[in-house]
Amino acid sequence: MSLTHSNDIPAPVADDVGPSAPHGVHAVPRRVLASVWGLLILLTVITVAVSKVDLGQGNIWAALLIAVIKGGLVTMYFMHLRWDSPFNGLILIVALFFVSLFVNTR
Amino acid sequence: MSTASTEISAHGQAHYDPHLAHHFDTPEQQFTSAKLGMWIFLGTEILMFGGLFCAYSIYRHNHPLVFKFAAEAYLSTKWGAINTLILITSSLTMAWGVRAAQLNQKKLLITCLVLTLMGAAGFLGIKTIEYSAKWDEHVWVGSWNKYNGDNDASYATPPPEQPTTQPMVQIPPPAYGPAAIADDANTPLDVSQIKPRYSYPLSQSIQHQPPKRESDQRPTGEQQVDERYKQLSASDQWHVNTFFSCYFLMTGLHGIHVVVGMGVISWILMRTLRNDFSSEYFTPVDLVGLYWHLVDLIWIFLFPLLYLIH
Amino acid sequence: MSEELKTDNYLTHERGFLSWALTLDHKRIGLLYMIFVLSAFLLGGTFAVLLRTSLLTPNHWMFPSDPAHDTQAKLFYNNMFSLHGTVMVFMFIIPAIPAILGNFMLPMMLGAKDVAFPRLNLMSFYIYCLGAILFTWILMGGILRTAFNIHLPFGFGLDTGWTFYTPFSTSKAEDGMVAGVLGAFILGFSSILTGVNFIASIHTLRPRGMTWFRMPLFLWALYATSIIQVLATPVLAITLLLLVAERLLHVGIFDSSLGGDPVLFQHFFWFYSHPAVYIMILPAMGVISEVISVHSRKHIFGYNFIALSSVALALLGFLVWGHHMFVAGQSNLVDSVFSLLTFSVAIPSAVKVFNWLGTLYRGSIRFTPAMLFAMGFILLFTIGGLTGLFLGALATDVPLHDTYFVIAHFHYVMVGSMVFAFLAGMYHWFPKMFGKMCNPTWGRVAAILLFIGFNTTFFPQFVMGAHGAPRRWATYPAEFQPYHVISTIGSYVMAISLIMVALNWLAGLLWGKKAPANPWGGNSLEWHCPSPPPHDNFTTPPVVDDPYNLAAWEYDASIEGWVPRKPQPAPAGRAAADRTRPVTH
Repeated sequence: MSLTHSNDIPAPVADDVGPSAPHGVHAVPRRVLASVWGLLILLTVITVAVSKVDLGQGNIWAALLIAVIKGGLVTMYFMHLRWDSPFNGLILIVALFFVSLFVNTR
Repeated sequence: MSTASTEISAHGQAHYDPHLAHHFDTPEQQFTSAKLGMWIFLGTEILMFGGLFCAYSIYRHNHPLVFKFAAEAYLSTKWGAINTLILITSSLTMAWGVRAAQLNQKKLLITCLVLTLMGAAGFLGIKTIEYSAKWDEHVWVGSWNKYNGDNDASYATPPPEQPTTQPMVQIPPPAYGPAAIADDANTPLDVSQIKPRYSYPLSQSIQHQPPKRESDQRPTGEQQVDERYKQLSASDQWHVNTFFSCYFLMTGLHGIHVVVGMGVISWILMRTLRNDFSSEYFTPVDLVGLYWHLVDLIWIFLFPLLYLIH
Repeated sequence: MSEELKTDNYLTHERGFLSWALTLDHKRIGLLYMIFVLSAFLLGGTFAVLLRTSLLTPNHWMFPSDPAHDTQAKLFYNNMFSLHGTVMVFMFIIPAIPAILGNFMLPMMLGAKDVAFPRLNLMSFYIYCLGAILFTWILMGGILRTAFNIHLPFGFGLDTGWTFYTPFSTSKAEDGMVAGVLGAFILGFSSILTGVNFIASIHTLRPRGMTWFRMPLFLWALYATSIIQVLATPVLAITLLLLVAERLLHVGIFDSSLGGDPVLFQHFFWFYSHPAVYIMILPAMGVISEVISVHSRKHIFGYNFIALSSVALALLGFLVWGHHMFVAGQSNLVDSVFSLLTFSVAIPSAVKVFNWLGTLYRGSIRFTPAMLFAMGFILLFTIGGLTGLFLGALATDVPLHDTYFVIAHFHYVMVGSMVFAFLAGMYHWFPKMFGKMCNPTWGRVAAILLFIGFNTTFFPQFVMGAHGAPRRWATYPAEFQPYHVISTIGSYVMAISLIMVALNWLAGLLWGKKAPANPWGGNSLEWHCPSPPPHDNFTTPPVVDDPYNLAAWEYDASIEGWVPRKPQPAPAGRAAADRTRPVTH
């Protein structure tokens, strides 16, 4: 069976419907999935390339920055946070905040 | 955040939806609840790994050259990058699988789950290659590491002894305790005379052995000392072990999560084969997907922090 | 509240061992927790009394005083206080109010039929059982070996105290370290999953009309507690895993002879354990808010402030862990910052005490056993909190660190506050849970006796500590003996009073009067269903109201309980007459 051929049964799903629609939970479009994947691969290549250039202290910050962007892409699109209730995202941010509290204060 | 009405249906009333639990009013409420619960659990996983990232950041901050040496000498950027690409792709197939479940595409869902499992297996396979390379080079975890002071053939050198200083002020000994039994109140305490508190038999295995310092303990033959190691300061040489602690603990815990992930994805696969999921009910697929993406997320941060230290 | 339900409630709904072992009913799970948690309290309490007994003389009179037995006696003492501390902290205090009273009351207060994830709730319970059994086995094994030379298989013992400090715990401590620490790790997961359940329940199961600021304060307290459980316990999990790795594999992360840092362990440990004490006290404060309001027939004073201070305590509690490490070699700047933050974390607690007093003021106070425990809480928590300030101030902490002053301080907040609040909550909700009333006279006697016994036990310890008596020592200088003797006598009085409480409950269960649906006249939703509740909690959907609108109920002497106040009929005045008279002009 082909991954490109859509055998979508016309389930009551519209592409941009919010979480409160009856049985209508938003299904991520295939274009979005593929583009995010492509971006992630590209960013991985960039991470490795940047690490070979000597930026001194900047290296670790550059690597972390790119990791944060990749993480953001995975979270927003693969984990569906872009279309979810913002509270779920708040949980993530609070958890990250407490980790940073732990790391920085120590 | 509640969307429930105050009407609580009587328990005996037949629900047409076999997946709706009796304490939820609508399937949406149940789904929202389940997702929220899963996100909270993911938050706890982030906090748990956060502790390890904290330990890593402290030791790297205190001994940057140690981490540079160990990462360059012993970690393969190539394998790390390939692992990253594999995990990202498995995340894609997992997200695609969730989409397939939402759209009632059973065969596609099965394909995606199988591909995800293959990705996970590939990741573990590469990790096995890396770990066995570490074993061969005698830089395994803990006391099997040639840089660890507990290793019999260790060539970790302890930092130089601190010079002792005389106290400026004679502090009177306490009224009780071992020092009180000294004959002369002004005689400094002779530590070697204090008997160990526990002469009660304890397991020998946990007695901490002090590192051997004689030079004839240095490894001979193929275990040559790495040139870059010799260039580290004495204190830094002593701390090389901490890099490997961080490396094995972080990748090890992550690896355990990958194995658990494979287990739950297999369970979802079995349930898919049993026709448990449809566009009306795909919550478990969604939740397992979230877990798998978290595993990927953690690796996205582990990879540059461990492998790309130059 | 109809008669036919008196035979069908959650206790009688299904029968048989499996209907309890595999139950998904939050009320039954609450009772299952109660059995295990109270057993843990009994175990920890027994060892507390044993500890105090062994401290009657300066030289561990329970063992012969020759040098051969000296080491054994000290090892036994170390095992005893480690067992007491770990069992009480991990198996009693942290789960008690959330797992027993929280599990039981939370869905009912929300007008719901169950928590959000009932199967997760059951799993939480079994995880607790597993951790508890592992833990108890290891600890008791150590006790039996050191005291009586009885060797249980795998009975290794733990002698580090509940804080497991490195490098002792990773090198010289008893062999039970790994298994014991894994027991604590497992218990932590029970805590995390309960927290997940409660947060999701409060977010998604609130009925229409129950906004955040119309929830009972007990739910605010449980919510704040769950936030801490979810954020802090995983850090404990990783700390314990690192401890196991250090001890088994000698990774060297906490061992300075292998390149690590033992103080790092303290940071990791206290980053969890300080918020953990807020896990212990926040639900207790929630109980007190409920009890004080209902038993003084007065709307809670300052609802918003109490609600928000719960969340503030939860968040600020994460910022003060360094105050356990003032003498561990932190820099002066770090010490000062933690000290300042510690002072600030006292503020939300003080806000609550003020509001409780404001509730009591000009209320119609009934001295039920629940109310007596609650009033005891207010005094003892104030003392505990104020003595915490002595320990939070740098200069005074240095001589007081690791003395009996610290022990007295935390027992005032953990026993004097949390246990008193737990007992208040049990007395308050006992009729709802079991459908029976306890004899109030014996309850009052027990409360007063516990108050006297508790203060006798722990107040002398403040004085001892200020005079320098160190903690965790099996022997002590003779000058401290009078304090120790008074303290031990107090502990016996406490034991008697707690036995009295247990017998009071047992008598209530067996022979108590049948309880009405609302014996105390509360207005939160759990009082709107029968006592004991039916399987699905409510027979008719409850109407959401201000949970502290106590005026909506009136006392009915015939059932010795409270019934909804009937709305007054409209007066037959001009308006009514005008409507009935035909219009003639």
